[in-house]
Amino acid sequence: MIRIQKDDFDISAEVANLSAKHADSGGVVTFVGLVRDKTDEGLPIAAMVLEHYPGMAERQFSLFETEVHRLWPALRDTLIVHRVGRLYPGEHIVLVITVALHRYIAFESCQFLIDRIKIDAPFWKREEIIFSESKTISRWVKQKSSELPPSMSRQLSMNTRKI
Amino acid sequence: MKTTMRILYFAWLSTEIGLSEENVLVPTWVDNVTKLLAWLKTRTPGHESALSDLSAIQVAVNQVHTCFNHPVTSVDEVAFFPPVTGG
Repeated sequence: MIRIQKDDFDISAEVANLSAKHADSGGVVTFVGLVRDKTDEGLPIAAMVLEHYPGMAERQFSLFETEVHRLWPALRDTLIVHRVGRLYPGEHIVLVITVALHRYIAFESCQFLIDRIKIDAPFWKREEIIFSESKTISRWVKQKSSELPPSMSRQLSMNTRKI
Repeated sequence: MKTTMRILYFAWLSTEIGLSEENVLVPTWVDNVTKLLAWLKTRTPGHESALSDLSAIQVAVNQVHTCFNHPVTSVDEVAFFPPVTGG
């Protein structure tokens, strides 16, 4: 299941809802992405704005769901919730839950989904940075190769040269 | 004869061009993304500067991520954006 929303999500409730549908499953893995309170340079963040491409975002998440079930046929269920709009330090950004009979399937598939989101989900973050007492600057976050698994980072840099 | 096309811009591309969306009349020789980009760059200084570094830009045609030699027609929705930063 996929949701894109402005409102916050309740992790416990989402885990409980998904688990209840698969009472015979042994493992549930949850990933939560959070808004940090500092930039990479150590400057305080006042807020983060998440922009997205409606239509394509849902389509991509649906594609990731199809891919993950194909790669892990024994995976029982997944949930992706991604927030958009204005978020504050410490707040939730994204939730990925996977449910499987065995823990290794739940762990691997959850990692796969968040890695796919990081590379191919059309969302863009803008940081509002507190530069000084009277000055806040706004800047678009750049995709970092450190966020990507090494194999995907290589593939991605190859893809951007297809011009 | 010219045909219209819906173009979307996201993140810093949108900021630099000053638009998040436009419907453009493209000449008929614009039949793929590369040619579309070349033509869009001529529209305003904002377009030219935003679309100058093609290695920083990705494209989706009808909401499907693709590459620059993908064909485009007037009924397509073409979106340009920087590498994503969600999650």
